[in-house]
Amino acid sequence: MSNIDPILLLSAIIVVSTPILLAAIGELVVERAGVLNLGVEGMMITGAVCGFVVATATGSPWLGFAGAALGGALLSMVFGILTQLFLSNQVATGLALTLFGLGLSALLGQGYIGVKGPVVPDLYLPGLRDIPFLGPVMFRHDAMVYIALLIVALVWLFLNRTRAGRVLRAVGENHDAAHALGYKVVRLRLAAIAFGGACAGLGGAYLSLVRVPQWTEGMTAGAGWIALAIVVFASWRPGRLVLGAWLFGGATALQLALQASGGVQIPIEYLQMAPYLATILVLVILRAGRAPGSLGRPFHASS
Amino acid sequence: MTFKTVLLGATAAAAFATGAVAQDDKTKVGFIYVGPVGDLGWTYQHDQGRLAVEEEYGDKVETFYVESVPEGPDAERVLTQMALQGADLIFTTSFGFMEATMNVAQKFPDVKFEHATGYQRADNVSTYSARFYEGRAVQGLIAGEMTESNIIGYIGSYPIPEVIRGINAAYIQAKKVNPEVEFRVVWAYTWFDPAKEAEAAKALIDAGADVILQHTDSTAPQAAAQEAGDVITFGQASDMLDYAPKPRVSSIIDNWNQYYIDRVGAVIDGTWESKDTWDGIDAGMVEIGEITDAVPAEVKEAALALKDAIAAGEVHPFTGPLKKQDGSDWLAEGEVADDATLAGMNFYVEGLTGEIPQ
Amino acid sequence: MIRLERRPEPSRAWTLATPFVAVALTMVAGGLLFALLGKDPIEAIRTIFWDPLFGDFASYSRPQLLVKAGPLILIAIGLSLGFRAGIWNIGAEGQYILGAIFAAATGLAFYPAESWLIFPAMILAGALGGLLWAMIPALLRVRFGTNEVLVSLMLVYVAEALLASMALGLLRNPDGMGFPGSRNLAQYPSAANPELIAGTGMHWGVVLALVAVIVGQVVMTRHQLGFRVRLAGQSPRAAVFGGVNPSWLVVVCMGLSGALAGLAGMFEVAGPAGRLGIDFNVGYGFTAIIVAFLGRLNPIGILLAGLLMALTYIGGELAQLQMNLPLAAIQMFQGMLLFFLLAIDVLTNFSFRFGRRAVA
Repeated sequence: MSNIDPILLLSAIIVVSTPILLAAIGELVVERAGVLNLGVEGMMITGAVCGFVVATATGSPWLGFAGAALGGALLSMVFGILTQLFLSNQVATGLALTLFGLGLSALLGQGYIGVKGPVVPDLYLPGLRDIPFLGPVMFRHDAMVYIALLIVALVWLFLNRTRAGRVLRAVGENHDAAHALGYKVVRLRLAAIAFGGACAGLGGAYLSLVRVPQWTEGMTAGAGWIALAIVVFASWRPGRLVLGAWLFGGATALQLALQASGGVQIPIEYLQMAPYLATILVLVILRAGRAPGSLGRPFHASS
Repeated sequence: MTFKTVLLGATAAAAFATGAVAQDDKTKVGFIYVGPVGDLGWTYQHDQGRLAVEEEYGDKVETFYVESVPEGPDAERVLTQMALQGADLIFTTSFGFMEATMNVAQKFPDVKFEHATGYQRADNVSTYSARFYEGRAVQGLIAGEMTESNIIGYIGSYPIPEVIRGINAAYIQAKKVNPEVEFRVVWAYTWFDPAKEAEAAKALIDAGADVILQHTDSTAPQAAAQEAGDVITFGQASDMLDYAPKPRVSSIIDNWNQYYIDRVGAVIDGTWESKDTWDGIDAGMVEIGEITDAVPAEVKEAALALKDAIAAGEVHPFTGPLKKQDGSDWLAEGEVADDATLAGMNFYVEGLTGEIPQ
Repeated sequence: MIRLERRPEPSRAWTLATPFVAVALTMVAGGLLFALLGKDPIEAIRTIFWDPLFGDFASYSRPQLLVKAGPLILIAIGLSLGFRAGIWNIGAEGQYILGAIFAAATGLAFYPAESWLIFPAMILAGALGGLLWAMIPALLRVRFGTNEVLVSLMLVYVAEALLASMALGLLRNPDGMGFPGSRNLAQYPSAANPELIAGTGMHWGVVLALVAVIVGQVVMTRHQLGFRVRLAGQSPRAAVFGGVNPSWLVVVCMGLSGALAGLAGMFEVAGPAGRLGIDFNVGYGFTAIIVAFLGRLNPIGILLAGLLMALTYIGGELAQLQMNLPLAAIQMFQGMLLFFLLAIDVLTNFSFRFGRRAVA
């Protein structure tokens, strides 16, 4: 244990958590609007491949991220149309989206396995990066880390301080009442789903452009499901979401750091289980607050 | 009444029938891969072997392959379908295909099988593997000489004998040139998962390693090393030249081409017989990728000398005096490890810290 | 303007027609996909759907359909019960693994003794393993209100790590030269799950799957449990008034689906897979969810859907072998099948109306 450098560990946590954070904040908005989209994994991996393909083709990682957001949003629209216009079961449709997304991404990425993508540089923040302790932990990352946190802050502002955000929450709580009040339920939900898809796409692209960084089939390896868990853990509140992402990222990073530090006595398999068990524990102990009232129920304007 | 004996009776008729039907002049060679051809690692190299066979024999052969086949009943089904469609020789390129290979081989005695890294044989099943540990020894020498932090990171895949041999072989050489050296092993529990490998590499680098050795197949650790700066790595299974001259300073290349060409030739000639092959640097199955200029000249010379000595049989990477990690004696002075012990190796040599996961 | 209007009662015609229409649409869309990839669409569709049933080597691939469909159907029947009641067991894959681990451990504990008691013991162990693993999300939901979707899902990853630990450690084959994986159970007569009738692919797991279909049909239509499940699915409040204890329902549904998934794992490890290796699980638990929905959560439907999914898997392998069609295309194909089904399903409960809505 004494071999582990806390600064490096905390710095690693921030980076490991970013893709999950991005996917989770998107899903949080979707669920606040009353829709349960289990297809996060499919949208993330589609974003990963789209981002990688665009970045490699254009040479610009930022265009890559834009492409990833677009790809994720487009795929999410399949889910949106099926659940909002065709009133299909949200759980099944979400799962189908994951399956489809995994296959689609593998197909799109066929020619890109093993290819080296453009490098995403770390930001150079003079002054900030030299603050003792906080500097190396927080201020030496690539821009996407900060963009993710910015998105979380903006979502918080949107949900709590803007009219549109309050309308979205109303739709999520009781879509029949919202409809009676004249709010466009379907339209708002489609917009939310698209936002969720875009964020998931960004999260996936972070993996393929920054974290790994290359494209492989199935590279998200369950990150989408973790994001779903974190939304519940956060009681659908953006602030707690960041905490959840850091917690899960922390468990993962710690497990690896323990192995790398040498002399660890705990069997590796149990270390690997740790992040998932921790998530369950946290889900139980900090029991989730009330879910949005209409979460998962199909809306059909019947008046 | 076991599963396979009943199935044997049921499909033997079909097998003989189709065996008769599929008799055209071309020799059909099938390949079953555990991963994608695009992994640029283990499976990619096997596919290179397949392409070499096609190039060598042209119209006399027809090759086909199925990639990313999970081990288990799916593999058995794919192998059976290959056999039903007239394959004369099938290469099964993963240890986990062992049961499937043996089961299908029993049902189709006229079809020949080559099972990579396995240990079960039959009249129509051969096994083959490469002495990767010879390449690891050379890597270990370079690593030991070049490390400045004296911490060498090792990304292990699964705690199986092949991987443990590699760790031991590298460590022995590294220790010889640098008594202070320490190995840190992270187990990724996968052969190929770039995200996990990148995480493992970063964790090792954060822990102070400035050399990363890997038994996993992707280039992710190289990318992580490149990002970190002063870390060197070695290509695994394929050359990984994209990352030369640094961080990739050398590599171990699996070269199955000649072996595959020979075996297909034997089937064409009718001289094929079941055997076990475990070749190393001398037969060209294990190649050392070009050592770049990031390596100091004396080190490069020493590495090449070691490689030549191993190839010539003058030096064996496991030569005594060596003790096991628990302190018990293993090899006496000058004694060389025998193949049987090496094949089932499940212990670390003395000096390695950490435990092998059980 | 096109609107959806709820039908007074679900259309019987559409309930029956939906799967066929969906399959037809998928074939068309899939054909387009294959054409885009440069493959002959007719040949591809024929290779996937026709060849395994009636092609040159169909005598081999037809039984394989049962081998592949057996575990899918078994797990899906269990899942469908819970899904109908709004209880989402997404972690069947983990319960499948635990069932296999418990069964393999039981069988290996007796090795090399021979006794007719061993196989039944393994069956019990397999069911128990899956049941216990499903009880975790069940009890957490009952006691703490924790979402069972996420808990059961997280437990899949835990189960996979446990599998690796067992395959490398406690259950590792001592005669296996240090390689991971247990002893081969299919070659250990007392523990083996062999093919019962030559050339049919039917092993005990397939038999149980067929029995489960029949039992499931009876339970859903004639038994109290089926009534309660359907009631809870339609209206949780009415169910409570109707005397259904929601906690009890959660435990029963999760437990049953867990036990069935565990059994599927047991038959798989003692039969087709043969041994417990690190990569033993291949996703049957997740595919079964799709099968459950494809089968409209109805036992007979699940039987047909399971066979259909198995067909796409085996046909897909053939297409890979014969046409170099990539595996990813098959995954997309399966996803599309489900999409089309879900989309067309709306016509069961709603009809399209054109023109303006009449003023009430």
